[in-house]
Order: sequence, then C-alpha cells, then structure tokens
Amino acid sequence: MTGSAREEILSRVRAAVAGAEAPAVPRGYRREVEASASQLLELLADRLRDYRAEVVPVPDDDAAIAQVLADQLTERGLRSVVAPQAVARAWLAGPAGGEAVQVVVDDGTLTWQDLDGVDAVVTGAALAIAETGVVVLDGDAWCGRRAVSLVPDLHLCVVRGRQVVGLPTEAVSRLQPTRPQTWIAGPSATSDIELDRVEGVHGPRTLVVLLAG
Amino acid sequence: MSAAFLGMPRRRLPETGFSPVQGKRPFPEAASAALSDPVLRRNLGHATGVIRRKRASVVGELPDWEELRSAGAAIKAETMARLPELLEQLEANVTAAGGVVHWARDAAEANAIVTDLVRATGEREVVKVKSMATQEIGLNEHLAAEGITALETDLAELIVQLAEDHPSHILVPAIHFSRTEIREIFARRMPGVDPDLTSEPRRLAMAARAFLRERFLRAKVGISGANFAIAETGTLTVVESEGNGRMCLTLPETLISVVGIEKVLPRWQDLEVFLQLLPRSSTGERMNPYTTLWTGTRAAHEGGDGPRAFHLVLLDNGRTDVLADEVGRSALHCIRCSACLNVCPVYERTGGHSYGSVYPGPIGAILSPQLTGITGDSVNDSLPYASSLCGACYDVCPVKIDIPSILVDLRARHVEAAQQASRVPSAEAVAMAAAAYVMKDEKRFAAVTGSMRLGRPLLRDGQLRGPLSSVMTGWSRARDVPAPPRETFRQWWSHRERHDGAASERGGP
Ligand code: SF4
Repeated sequence: MTGSAREEILSRVRAAVAGAEAPAVPRGYRREVEASASQLLELLADRLRDYRAEVVPVPDDDAAIAQVLADQLTERGLRSVVAPQAVARAWLAGPAGGEAVQVVVDDGTLTWQDLDGVDAVVTGAALAIAETGVVVLDGDAWCGRRAVSLVPDLHLCVVRGRQVVGLPTEAVSRLQPTRPQTWIAGPSATSDIELDRVEGVHGPRTLVVLLAG
Repeated sequence: MSAAFLGMPRRRLPETGFSPVQGKRPFPEAASAALSDPVLRRNLGHATGVIRRKRASVVGELPDWEELRSAGAAIKAETMARLPELLEQLEANVTAAGGVVHWARDAAEANAIVTDLVRATGEREVVKVKSMATQEIGLNEHLAAEGITALETDLAELIVQLAEDHPSHILVPAIHFSRTEIREIFARRMPGVDPDLTSEPRRLAMAARAFLRERFLRAKVGISGANFAIAETGTLTVVESEGNGRMCLTLPETLISVVGIEKVLPRWQDLEVFLQLLPRSSTGERMNPYTTLWTGTRAAHEGGDGPRAFHLVLLDNGRTDVLADEVGRSALHCIRCSACLNVCPVYERTGGHSYGSVYPGPIGAILSPQLTGITGDSVNDSLPYASSLCGACYDVCPVKIDIPSILVDLRARHVEAAQQASRVPSAEAVAMAAAAYVMKDEKRFAAVTGSMRLGRPLLRDGQLRGPLSSVMTGWSRARDVPAPPRETFRQWWSHRERHDGAASERGGP
C-alpha cells in the first residue's frame, strides 16, 4: 500500500503548504576565521583536550609520525593495532611493526569480532575543525571503513596541519557529501546517570590525536 | 462559577487506547502527582540547571549565534514551503544511492512496514539508537507484540527500557532515576550483570558497555531515526554521544531509519548551520562526540562502507495536519534539542511524564496537541495551558519557534473547538474566549500578567479572584504556590539565572 500512502502524503503536503512562500535564507554567520595555521593548530589542540582527547604534537613528516606512533603503542602496552592499508604502509611499516606490536591491515575482510580482538586502531583524517574540536573521517584510504575506527577501544588519529580548518562552515564546504562520514569530538561519553560525565561507553574509550604540523 | 477551568480545561475524557503522544490524564492532574514528589523535583531542578548553564556558556562563545538562529529559522521555513519537492528529491537521491524509501501515513502503517522489513531478514532481535519518531509510533511495543525484541542501546533508554518505564526528558530520558535506583534496575533486569555492581556511574556505564557489546557485534538489523535528511544528496545524519549510534548505523547489514517528513533539509550546505545550532543547544557542547552521515548502501561507495540494505521510512502521523496550520506549522521546525525544556519553569517543576506524551515541555505543549488534533475534548487540549507564557523557550530555541504565540493560538483553537462542539456551557466558553483574546496579543497579555502581579493584594482565601486573573488560576492551583509570585515569571527567571552561578564543568548529554 506504500504507493498510495506516498501519493496521499504528498498530496496532503501539497495542499497544506499551497501558497506558502519560501523565505530567502540569510547567511550572515561567519564563513571563515582569520587565523594562522599555527593558531588553528593551537585552538584545535585546546578544544580537543577540553573534550578529554589526548593530543600529541608531532613534526609533519612520515618518519616522525611513524616514530611517535610506535612510541605510543609500546608505551601504552598495546599488543595489536589495526589500520587501513595506506596508514599501515606509511606509518606502521617501520618501528611499530616490531615484535611487540602486531599490525593488522584492514583489507575489507576483517569481521567485527576480529576488530573486537584488536587493542587499537590508527587512522588518518579527512579534516579537522579547530573551533569545535572535531576530527572528521570520510572513509578514504587513510580513514578506512567506519567499523575499523569504531570497534577497537583506543583510537589514534593522525591529523596533518593542512587538514585543519577554522569553522564548521569551512568543513562542510570541503567535504564530499555522499562519502560515509564520522565527525568525532573526543572519546565517547555519557552523562545519563545523574549528569555525571563518564568517558568511554561504546565507542573507543580513549582518543589520541597526533597533530602533525 | 469556579475559575479553575478557565486557566486549564479539566474535563475528564473518554480514554481512546494507548498513544505515545497522548497521556491518559489531563496535564494538571498528572502534574500534581509530580509536584508532590520532592526527590523528582530536586533531580529535575539540578539537571535542568546544569544543562542550562552549559548551554549558555557555549552559546555565549559564538559571536554569530543570532545569525545562525536566523539562518536556521529561515531554512526550516523554506523547507516547509518546499516540502513536496524536497521529499521527492530526497526519495530520488536515497533510491539512487541504493536505499529503499517507504511512506507511512500513520503509526500503524509505519510499524507494519518496519515489522515486515525485520521479518524479511529472518531476525528476531534488532538494536536501536534513540529516536523520537520510533517512540512516537510505539515501535518497540509493536515489535514486541510481533515477537521481535528491539533493544534500546542509548544508556538512558536502556535504563528506562529495563525498568519498563517511559522517558522523562528528550535528552536525558532517565533523569528521574538516581544512581542507586539505576544500580537496582541493572542488578535485577540486566542479564549476566556482575552481582558486585556498585552505583558508581562509571561502573554502571561499563556494565551497559559489556552487556551491549556482544549484541552490537552480532546484530543483523539496526533501527534509527535521523536528525537531518538532506534532499540534495540523500544523506542522513545521526547526532549522538555514546557511540551506540555509530554501532547501530555501522555494524548491522540492514539499517532501517524512521524519519518524520519534516526532518528534510534542502541542501548539504545547510548542515553548516544545524551542526552548530544543535549540539550547543542540546548538550551544551561545542560539538557532540559523534556524528554519523551516510548516503544509501555500501554499493554506492567504492570502499564498500555502509549497510547492505537501507530502508528509509518517511512518517506523516499527523504532521500534514500540523503543516496545514499557518501558525502551528512552525512546531515542525523543531530539531529536538530540548533547550526549551531546560529553561521552562513549568517543566522544571512537573517533569516530563506530566505531559503524557513522548514530546514533553514547551515543544510538547505545542506539538502533541497538534499531532493528535485539537478537538475540544481531547486530553491533549490541556497542554497549551501548561505554560506561564514567560517566553524563555522562545529565547533559547535555536530555530526561533515562537512557542508562546503558538500556545496562545492553540488555546484559542481549543476554545473554538469546544464552542463548536457545544461541549461546554456557554458562560465557560465565553470566559475562555476572553482569555484567549487577551493572550493572543503580547501587549494585552503583558498587561494581564502585569495586573496579576499588581493584583497580589486582591487574593482571597489564597485564591485569585476576577475574570482575568483566573487565566492563571488553573496553573497556580496545580503548582504548590497558590499565590502569584511577586515577580512575573520572566522577572523571576532572569533573577534566578543570575544567581545560578558560573558555567559548570563540561559534560556530555
Ligand atoms: S522547540 Fe526549539 S528549543 Fe524546543 S526542542 Fe525544539 S528546537 Fe529545541
């Protein structure tokens, strides 16, 4: 009966709004902020920390990123890490791939149970928004499938300086709408019990952002 | 003639079966029960106070908040005016991305569609992310009757579901339970729970994590609503905090989203407005922890990321009736942020359950009666009177819904409906019409409320006397403060807000 429901709803909507004028949308809000790259990085770091993410500044080159990742993984005593192919190749092939940490490359066949058995995930990002302390993943070769950055308990996310924008408006105009996206602002959280904030419910309980710039 | 009916209709009405948007008792009756529960009032007072302060602090950070509100209001008005074409565009784009679009005229039709879709997968258990639309149609109850278990995965919704209770707030639905009560609920009702569970919030949250993880990993069907649906691209958005939304939207092979027809937005670009307005108004955060955006099925993406099957159920369920009213229409602009609940002096004292609908507070007072229809003798007819018209809701609404004006208009419509049906004595109808006339105009109303304040010495036996002051009597009687305050609500509110202190520590929803 869906066909007739469709017609009936649409004709009711048409009748209901007949003659209604669509107003012009005033877009007088800020479209960009004037800030240097280093100011944006600083603001992003500040906002991320405010949301209880850990922020680790790194020089913006692959060797340095790989080294810091390796240190992070071993310091935290993590035994396995999953990553999309591009990330594994660029940042996890060297020191991180030593004996201590097993690197699992997501080739698209890992099951949810497989992912649940891995200690951490490393991804890149599509971009980050300084003012709201947000990292956006969009499923590209660096961000990986959404499940990969969701199921493991610790998420290490590498953001490069040129990926940082000031405002949500800038992010929306840069992003490609139909890509599957996850906007992340700190680790998962709940305040459902007497408004007491608890970090880490179902999503990764720890979010570490490596800010390369 | 008693004055009480004027401020608030008190007629007892025939019950018409269970409806998630209509309670069994008129507001004043339901409210007086809540008012006699000091623990509930204290919890609510604390919760709304904390969220109010957080909201004020993050809204105050933005120099262009008013511009964002104006844009949000205009986009919503544009959406309503162009709704027929936008719905068709949304349908075309979702379909092109591999999704299937279904249309449901009412709750029964939507429930039947979802039931059939779940049945077709052969599954008997589904995971759900909190959604007002599915609460509105009573989906969980319907699925249960059909032998399908719908598991709520939002922590508060899980608490409420395990307690076999109803949510009391849009954003923090379990705010009426203390940690000790939640510990009891988990200990008794959560299968496999650690018997040594304490009432520490972290321990409780981890118990929920452990309980749900296995179920997320094995779930084959996920059910959600959506905060926004972009006509231009066919993209849906869910805004959340805990990651249960990501789980439900990412892991199951089949995803079913039940979405009110008013949730559509014209353009991708419009998200730049709403993804700023919603989190700051709702949880008082610059941004909520997780926002998921997806378009169709995995077949539409090179990376193969997305559900194998995606179904969008577009829901009317009374919305086209609301849309047909030029004044009431803007109730459909609501983005369910719950800011109006947290500033409402009436909500703060009576709690969500008093409204009898899944939509409580000021937005519930204008949306619920319009969804069920103002008949002159419906239980929901009392909701537009559940307000002091102080205007705080309008001031915080991110899409500038003029809730006080709609309340006044609905009161007038109720009086008219009651007159037409000749269900009330004419004297009452005349008095109510007079009240409605007064309240329809802001200046006239200010004059009345002002006179109420000045009229304080005119109290007799603790009750107000006189035709105009009786506008407020139904309400003041249901509250535990029988006399009008020395200040108007608005004056009192602004004083109180100042005494509330500085912004609290940042927290989640
Ligand atoms: S009416 Fe406005 S303030 Fe209230 S929940 Fe809806 S959008 Fe938020």
